[in-house]
Amino acid sequence: MNAPVRIDLKDVSSFPTRRVEAWKYTDLHRALRETPPVSPHAEVAPGGPFAALGGDEWAVVNGRCVGFAGVVADGPGEQVARLRFVSTADGAGHQARVTVEVGAGASLLLLESYEGQAAAYVSNVALAISLGAGARLHRVVIEDDAADALSVSVAEVTMGKGSHFAQTVLTTGARLQRHETRLAHPGEGAEVRIDGLYLLDGARHADLTSVVSHAGLNGVTSQLTKGVVRDTARGVFQGKIIVERGADGTDARMGHHALILGERAEVDAKPELEIYADDVQCAHGNTVGNLDEAALFYMQQRGLPADEARALLTQAFLIEVVDRIEHDGAREVVREWLTARL
Amino acid sequence: MTMLSIHNLRVTIADKPILNGLTLDVPAGEVHAIMGPNGAGKSTLGYAVAGRPGYEATEGAVSWKGEDLLGLDPAERAAKGVFLSFQYPIEIPGVPALTFVRTALNAQKRARGEDEVSAPAFLKMVKAAAAALKMDFDMLKRPLNVGFSGGEKKRMEILQMALLEPSLLILDETDSGLDIDALRIVADGVNAMRRPDRAMLVITHYQRLLDYIRPDQVHVLAGGRIVASGGPELAHKLEAEGYDKYLPVAA
Repeated sequence: MNAPVRIDLKDVSSFPTRRVEAWKYTDLHRALRETPPVSPHAEVAPGGPFAALGGDEWAVVNGRCVGFAGVVADGPGEQVARLRFVSTADGAGHQARVTVEVGAGASLLLLESYEGQAAAYVSNVALAISLGAGARLHRVVIEDDAADALSVSVAEVTMGKGSHFAQTVLTTGARLQRHETRLAHPGEGAEVRIDGLYLLDGARHADLTSVVSHAGLNGVTSQLTKGVVRDTARGVFQGKIIVERGADGTDARMGHHALILGERAEVDAKPELEIYADDVQCAHGNTVGNLDEAALFYMQQRGLPADEARALLTQAFLIEVVDRIEHDGAREVVREWLTARL
Repeated sequence: MTMLSIHNLRVTIADKPILNGLTLDVPAGEVHAIMGPNGAGKSTLGYAVAGRPGYEATEGAVSWKGEDLLGLDPAERAAKGVFLSFQYPIEIPGVPALTFVRTALNAQKRARGEDEVSAPAFLKMVKAAAAALKMDFDMLKRPLNVGFSGGEKKRMEILQMALLEPSLLILDETDSGLDIDALRIVADGVNAMRRPDRAMLVITHYQRLLDYIRPDQVHVLAGGRIVASGGPELAHKLEAEGYDKYLPVAA
């Protein structure tokens, strides 16, 4: 039941429907009835949302990046890689498989962006991420897809002994968008932080799904996702933490909190804890609410126009996720990205 | 010259009439106290003048310096100089107090077509105002009112008042939750705001606050209307005799 769905844009039968439990809020088959025309080869100028942070840039445009054999980080010091997935062809589809390898003891800041520069495209990305023993990976993902795009990104993460994986995904959604992370936690000394933020308006949809599987002793996982939906937008959070038999001493905490700011907006949350071990600490909290009317009036009474008061309260709600990004430069980029979209 | 003019104000909340034709004038430079028993409509009066959603007038008029207030939203009223000090100031997690006050001040200035205050100039203003209120400056870097004591929250209200420089000050039960030292500091802060071109409405249940903020006039609010008005001595009389004689006689 936990077997991952592998989507192949050339094979309509691989598109999951809502009858597949893990995809019940994100029915790709309904949105995409036939295989899309293949996107043409294209190139883009260097840049992207993280351009100011430097590092190696890899731009996968319409599914292709000439001469790119995956991101590899080895050796001492923190390395920076900017991995851009850019879509430039209207109404066309493309897919890419990318590997990210962080060698034993190495440290990588992976700045990943999904940039929609066209209309109604279909983008399907699969990443295989591996961390060697004692490796550190800090993955920050910004998804700026077009409102009418279909976009799927699935990452499989394997972790070596004592490695650290920290992830923050930020998205404004698409017509249908899924960001999935499947992670095997080795326990003992390894740490995982896996956060998300969605800010959706119009008819946009975003699905943040994660499966963290604890197989070893004393593993630590911390997860915080926050979201805001307006208009008729729909946010989906599916967070599953599995504690396998024998993974005693696991400490896993999951929180998902959302604000629904439109009468016809929707949030679907499915936090799941599956625990087969003893002596574990697992907690999850899930809340859905609205902006505090009393706080809104208070702010307006001091002179803030209603829109500004709402934006400030919304930012205050979401900023907790941004504040958990350890890298100063990445956190600043994300903060500005968020502020510009409130 | 009358600055605040309230005429025949009626406010109904959840089908229950709370203000029943309240009429009140406050001239420039004066401090008027509104006293009354619990449930008389004191807080409702403050909310109705400040424009809180749900407290709209069903009848009557409120004007400030000759301009109608009831047609304006709360932020527009604030930019015209209306300031309501809350009985229970709201906690706003995630928004540092300094950021909040500066955002509010600049929003008001924009609405009035004035230049915004620069960050260094603002910091200087805040430091001076905080010192006058014996507030720890570092506290202002924390989220607004979050984890503040009752006294700290009230000082935060007075600090905002000093920085926003409103022309109509409505103090809603400012003395509640204050010990005598905090009360004195808060009252000093309010008294420092008294000016010939400002008017103040001090809403209170007890006479105690009025020993520190001396009113020019005292009004008794009961059953949603002003039922008696007089000089400061009226407050002492109420303290001694209670509100019984203003309450509707039980059937």
